[in-house]
Amino acid sequence: MSLPKILTAHTHLPGIETFDVYRKNGGYAAVEKAIKTMTPDEVVEEVKKSGVRGRGGAGFPMGMKWSFLAKPEGVPRYLVCNADESEPGTFKDHWLMKTIPHLLIEGMIVSSYALGANASYIYVRGELMYVVRILEKAIAEAKAAGFLGKNILGSGYDLELYVQPGGGAYICGEETALLESLEGKRGNPRNKPPFPAVKGLYQCPTVVNNVESISTTSWIVNNGGDAYAAIGIGRSTGTKLISASGHLKKPGVYEIPLGLPVQEFIYSDEWCGGIRDGHHLKAVVAGGSSVPILPAAMLLKTAAGEDRLMSYESLADGGFATGTMMGSGGFIAMDETTCIVRNTWNFSRFYHHESCGQCSPCREGTGWMEKVLHRIEHGHGSMHDIDLLVDVAKKIEGNTICPLGDAAAWPIASAIRHFRDEFEWHITNPQEATRPGAVFKGHMELV
Amino acid sequence: MKVTIDNITIEVEPGTTILQAARKIGPEVAPPAMCYYEPLKASGGKCRACLVKVTAGSEKDPRPMPKLVPSCITQVQDGMIVENTVNEQVLETRKGIVEFLLLNHPLDCPICDQAGECHLQDFSFQHGVQQTRYEEERRTFEKQDLGPNIQLHMTRCILCYRCVFTADQITGKRVHGVLNRGDHAEISTYIEKAIDNDFSGNVIDVCPVGALTDKTYRFKNRVWFTKPVDAHCDCEKCSGKVTLWYRGDEVIRVTARKNQWGEVLDFICNTCRFERKNTADWTIEGPTKVARHSVISANKYGANKIVPEFARRLAASQYKDVHEARDTSQLNIKQLPEERFKALIPPAGESAVAGIRSIQNWAEDK
Amino acid sequence: MLETKPRIEFTPERLERAKEILTHYPEGRQKSALLPLLHLLQEQEGWTPAEGMDYVAELLGIQPIEVYEVATFYTMYHLEPVGKHVIEYCRTGPCMLMGGEEVYAHLKQKIGAQDGETSADKLFTIKPVECLAACGWGPCFQIREKYYTHLTIEKVDEIIDELKQ
Ligand SMILES: Cc1cc2nc3c(=O)[nH]c(=O)nc-3n(C[C@H](O)[C@H](O)[C@H](O)COP(=O)(O)O)c2cc1C
Ligand code: SF4
Ligand code: SF4
Ligand code: SF4
Ligand code: FES
Ligand code: FES
Repeated sequence: MSLPKILTAHTHLPGIETFDVYRKNGGYAAVEKAIKTMTPDEVVEEVKKSGVRGRGGAGFPMGMKWSFLAKPEGVPRYLVCNADESEPGTFKDHWLMKTIPHLLIEGMIVSSYALGANASYIYVRGELMYVVRILEKAIAEAKAAGFLGKNILGSGYDLELYVQPGGGAYICGEETALLESLEGKRGNPRNKPPFPAVKGLYQCPTVVNNVESISTTSWIVNNGGDAYAAIGIGRSTGTKLISASGHLKKPGVYEIPLGLPVQEFIYSDEWCGGIRDGHHLKAVVAGGSSVPILPAAMLLKTAAGEDRLMSYESLADGGFATGTMMGSGGFIAMDETTCIVRNTWNFSRFYHHESCGQCSPCREGTGWMEKVLHRIEHGHGSMHDIDLLVDVAKKIEGNTICPLGDAAAWPIASAIRHFRDEFEWHITNPQEATRPGAVFKGHMELV
Repeated sequence: MKVTIDNITIEVEPGTTILQAARKIGPEVAPPAMCYYEPLKASGGKCRACLVKVTAGSEKDPRPMPKLVPSCITQVQDGMIVENTVNEQVLETRKGIVEFLLLNHPLDCPICDQAGECHLQDFSFQHGVQQTRYEEERRTFEKQDLGPNIQLHMTRCILCYRCVFTADQITGKRVHGVLNRGDHAEISTYIEKAIDNDFSGNVIDVCPVGALTDKTYRFKNRVWFTKPVDAHCDCEKCSGKVTLWYRGDEVIRVTARKNQWGEVLDFICNTCRFERKNTADWTIEGPTKVARHSVISANKYGANKIVPEFARRLAASQYKDVHEARDTSQLNIKQLPEERFKALIPPAGESAVAGIRSIQNWAEDK
Repeated sequence: MLETKPRIEFTPERLERAKEILTHYPEGRQKSALLPLLHLLQEQEGWTPAEGMDYVAELLGIQPIEVYEVATFYTMYHLEPVGKHVIEYCRTGPCMLMGGEEVYAHLKQKIGAQDGETSADKLFTIKPVECLAACGWGPCFQIREKYYTHLTIEKVDEIIDELKQ
């Protein structure tokens, strides 16, 4: 079977990071096609038809987001690419940008044209300064070839593209925090409404999209929205980059057609090649650290006993009781050597560290949960701590300015939901549980 | 535009927020606000104390909103239906917010200048639960002088950002701000700098807690032992309209005048605040109107030996709004959940005497 | 508290880069250049001293506190002097699953510094950071702009020995 390759068709080619090799392999054809033969609205229409959903985590249909963009007379509009990728378990944007930077640049040009933006920004997390340099070089090459700057391809359309480095803050991946940061401020998320589509960068209408989302647009322009929608399953159209990490034989970034069975993704040699030798799968965080953790068996089969698929709908099947979410596609596999309590504490430390501190439930609650989990992990927990954690998580969830509060609450709530016995074991057997490498060997089903 | 809050319908201008609409109805249904401050642009949305349930978004789209919304920054739509004090989820969430705000908060009330006029005290009394579930260590900071007249107790700060907005919007040049992030965030100047300009003292008035206090007043007295008097002077820098706080014949503090919600009416200059402390500096207008549920009014009942919390309960149980003549017949008090009534009655066995003693001890220690 | 120290300014070459960066934003929005300029400052000074922040504030026509607020929000700006090489290792879940704990323990032992500390020879500062977006290639750390991935104890030895030369 030939697998659809939309983003990775050329990533294996030597020199693909250069303009020349990229161009020889069909690069920038989408810019030519869009600017010379299509109106901006026609580009938007194709993206709508493709059904492509935002790849940054929320999964909001990209074409629909674009059509919400306000277009008041005389006010500039902006496209901002979210390359802040900081969600634990997710490294696909990093990989894509360093491997084939022109794919993103081309996507930015096509998308900016569709949205009527004359200045667009790629906000890259500050740690990836070497990727900033790669992108800047690619932009200079594209500009020299006439695909950027004034009067692109003689069409009268002008576009400047800038790369902006962040300063080290996960929260700047949240789109309004990103805009604040791009304005040179602290990365405090804004209250919504107003949404960026109405008041975004510099209070002007703005679209924020993920690196992977924007990178799909060239293919959609070249091949049509319908062709894209023909790949995938149901409302999960097209392909998705999955960042696979943890106890897999072959961790890495994979482009999968949406709808691929989870079983196949983990065990087939085409993809992750199975769990590392001599070990068995215990649990998976399927969409980046924010999404609920699932025990292996629950991940592979839905509550109805059907094969679970790598799609937005199937991963979410069963709600939070037995399902999880696609999120940003950060697939973290854990074998039987993994201590769920330790891992949950580690994640809670992450959210505590990354909370911007603006709103009280998240500012205070994330620190509280981390401290309680730290206590349990280090043998000083008590039974009521477990219910306390559940209650604190519940009091944060839904009550904060931005979804980081939810993202901090869900991993903890789900770990307790599915691995409560492991937490209890830590509390009732502190001496055993705090021995280095000690792991609960309860009745949990391994796969 | 019509909006219904806790079953009371009111007509408001487009652009009004839920909180403003609720305040128009009256304090019974007005959500608590720890960060929102009407005189300051961009304030609100942070503390989450004012979250309410919208059970119908508007006449046109009567679907409920999925999450609780911050009433201070959410504009009403025509036909919107809001639940505040009648909604269990709202009250339960608010308990959580109190708990979060008190998590790292010191138990300083007996030695805190803000006690008695502290919004966090009021908020936790009205909406909190009695005991804490927090067993971890509290975050601490050294207290810090922001110039000769203002002291910062960062441990008491709830990061409402009001003082930051004030410095930006009233004083022009800001030298203090929020540093660091998460629960390490703090108000500071980073390198030692005095907040020094004619209007800097206003940060004291906007601070809902005892984080920013007036050094010329510190420890001089407890607010419920003082008598507030409205006065004015011819000031070349500000409106000169202030409240003087008397102990006996002595002016021990000058503040801006505030409305019923604790919001400053006219920001005042530092000369008025810190330097004009003689009656001769002022033209006296008369006693400041104090909401009867405020502890500041406690001594006017001759109840100045009573612990503030008890005084407040007492005042609250006898509550009548003296400022606003309005028809309360449509205010169906019975719709308030029963526990709200219970909250007005001191729990069995609680001793007011212990509270008095601790305050007396404190006073003697001084 | 910091004492007043001599004024810090960009070198002419960096000032040119700063001016180029300022062209990225519309009129009146030069504050947008704050994060990139702080990176430039740190590149020049090795860390982010208050005097440098004051200079950046001057360049952008904003109050110094606006710079301090930003510099203290983000984790990449070192507010204290650091060693020649700052090793920022990822302590987050996926890297831990890939064997991070053991590798980082070895790293700290080899350098003779714990989290947040600088080695006695001032060559290395160790700083734990959160996920570096290299989870499948973990454990990993970063030194200045360079990523070091797929770390093992042997690899750590090689890298450190090389940097010591
Ligand atoms: C705490 C938080 C962190 C986020 N981090 C990222 C990120 O690193 N990259 C990203 O593309 N989206 C991230 N998002 C999602 C963005 O807010 C936004 O939805 C996304 O950039 C929109 O692009 P898309 O529609 O193409 O996915 C984050 C959201 C939250 C709440
Ligand atoms: S939820 Fe957390 S990260 Fe988001 S605004 Fe509130 S404090 Fe900041
Ligand atoms: S700020 Fe308020 S609650 Fe805190 S110690 Fe002072 S009076 Fe008490
Ligand atoms: S010092 Fe006071 S006004 Fe300023 S943020 Fe803290 S609580 Fe608010
Ligand atoms: S008053 Fe509304 S969130 Fe603080
Ligand atoms: S967890 Fe270490 S790079 Fe993501």
